[in-house]
Amino acid sequence: MRWKRTDYSGWGRALRASAEIARPERQSALKQLVAESPAPAIGRLRSYGDAALNDGGRAIDMTRLDRILGFDDVSGVVEVEAGAMIGDLGRIFAARGWIPPVMPGTGFATVGGCIANDVHGKNHHVVGSFGQHVTEITLLQGDKERTLTPDGTTDVFRATVGGLGQTGIIARAKIRLMPCRGDMMVLTERRVDSWDEFLSVLETSRADYNVGWIDATASGASFGRGILEEGEITSGVSPTKGKAREVPFNAPHWALSAPVVRAFNEIYFRRVPQGGRTTVKPISAPFFPLDAIHNWNRLYGKRGFHQFQCVVPVDQTPALRNMLDLIANSGLASPLAVLKRMGEGRGGYMSFPMDGYTLAVDFPNRSGARLLIGTLERMTEDAGGRIYFAKDALSEPGRIAAMYPEHGSWLKAATKADPEGALITDLVRRLNLRNAK
Amino acid sequence: MTESWIILGATSSMARAFARALAKRGDAVFLAGRDMDDLNATAQDCSARGARLAEALTFDAREPEGFPALVARLEQEDGQINAAVFVGSMPEQSAIDADPGLIDGVITDNFTGPARLLQLLTPALEARGSGTVVGVGSVAGDRGRVGNYVYGAAKSGFHTYLAGLRNRLTRSGGHVVTVKPGFVDTAMTWGIEGMFLVAPPDKVADDILKAVAKKRNVIYTPFFWRYIMLIIRSIPEPIFKKLSI
Repeated sequence: MRWKRTDYSGWGRALRASAEIARPERQSALKQLVAESPAPAIGRLRSYGDAALNDGGRAIDMTRLDRILGFDDVSGVVEVEAGAMIGDLGRIFAARGWIPPVMPGTGFATVGGCIANDVHGKNHHVVGSFGQHVTEITLLQGDKERTLTPDGTTDVFRATVGGLGQTGIIARAKIRLMPCRGDMMVLTERRVDSWDEFLSVLETSRADYNVGWIDATASGASFGRGILEEGEITSGVSPTKGKAREVPFNAPHWALSAPVVRAFNEIYFRRVPQGGRTTVKPISAPFFPLDAIHNWNRLYGKRGFHQFQCVVPVDQTPALRNMLDLIANSGLASPLAVLKRMGEGRGGYMSFPMDGYTLAVDFPNRSGARLLIGTLERMTEDAGGRIYFAKDALSEPGRIAAMYPEHGSWLKAATKADPEGALITDLVRRLNLRNAK
Repeated sequence: MTESWIILGATSSMARAFARALAKRGDAVFLAGRDMDDLNATAQDCSARGARLAEALTFDAREPEGFPALVARLEQEDGQINAAVFVGSMPEQSAIDADPGLIDGVITDNFTGPARLLQLLTPALEARGSGTVVGVGSVAGDRGRVGNYVYGAAKSGFHTYLAGLRNRLTRSGGHVVTVKPGFVDTAMTWGIEGMFLVAPPDKVADDILKAVAKKRNVIYTPFFWRYIMLIIRSIPEPIFKKLSI
């Protein structure tokens, strides 16, 4: 297998790496590769920070192993290769009445990445996290191939789900799809005028899918305003959709400056009429709103951007309010800010979700934003919350243990599976996750 | 009308992309090659993506004893039958220099193997009065170069064979599309120095399908290779022989 020297970055483009990458096209080639030269597996590089980076090392690109290996239309269990994109599964199966129960914010995420980050979707409060719907994982550890199940091999399964790729290479997985009525979604949007109202509508929403867009630049009387989106899957088959657009080059630094963002947010908020509105859309639209614009990360210019995402327990909403207040007053936020009520569902030792509220905000990569994110992380820690590894690029080792109380169990499994540390990534190194405290 | 395709060399990523595109339209695909585990995986994938039928079949360009069975299997299908040839092998020219015995294998894999199979299949296409043969050659077959002239010679032979077959099949309503890809982003080109304008396999598959629909004779994919090769072919031999491109 040839290795290709490649410079690459996470989705935020703020952190970069140069590594030798191999890209097997067959399971047999992957097996040989992992036996001879184990290295972290990478997919479509949709995690924002350095979860997929291995600067100065090697990595195995899984994107060519993206086939559907079998589907049982009684149980809904589908077996796929780890490089398959979750959006493809959605497209292929929704028209037949099945859908991946968890869809993250981008359809370009691979199944391997969805497992390794135990991703969540807009229905987390109903169905839990991605890993909770995985019924089997085929894991390569050196020259060994292991079959993991949630009940049969609980410990290593829980260390693999949300495990940042540290227990082995995920070659294939089985996922139990969920029956659905079709591939259209009835989407209801309504304005929310204040922070308190937002918390209360998120608490009382009965929709299968819901998410809040929050205006992270609004202060004073309109502080905490935004739009609540609620969705239900409905029947009908979507027509083939139009061509994706693309951001062809890096935007200049002022493209997302404070006045531009404030103006954009004002328009975005007012776009939904006072009395709300209901539309029917193909499911890909509400699931993956940004996928319609390829390389939208270029909007942040060549310096890239960071996303801060935390979750805090239900009783810590005052802390979350303080965070948003700090963000609103900083003038640093981008239009992309999301508030959501999470359930308690999580599939692994290092999974992100907890019963509470999650807030995600994008910031252009500037020193001010980096300082702000550091502060937000401390506030998250004080509130007993967590930051999300799939988004993180800036956190420090000291913070993680308190946020992830099951880290010890994960570490034991990872050390046993990969004693040489061949699977360590930049993220794991930066946060010192593989060393005991 | 539903169509059936036999895809020779179906483990290659270009062939895989082409099979997927056919599956999406609901065609039947017979995936022929040597690695049965891999072919079975692709067959499952094609079924899930909408293929009326997807089956893995054993095909080794160097073992013609197996060819009649493949043709017989394809003839069991009703409607139009087609073939797409993606087989090939490209050892380093230096390996061939060290062991000229490798030449026979290169010629068999890229030319005579698939040609023998197509020769067996042709009467069936003529009898049905329809059918398309897609033959994937290479821009390397357009002119012999120091870097890979054995591979180029095999592809060139295959191009000429395809032109003749086109001439023959046209009489009965069939068609042959010669495909000359430039650099495609596959395991064959991964990590090799000096690659440029590398096309993703999906794009090539898409181009081939369009060429089939339009009954094009010879296509370059991506299209600009037509112009690159036009220039390369037009360099006078006294000059060309001194170049290393």
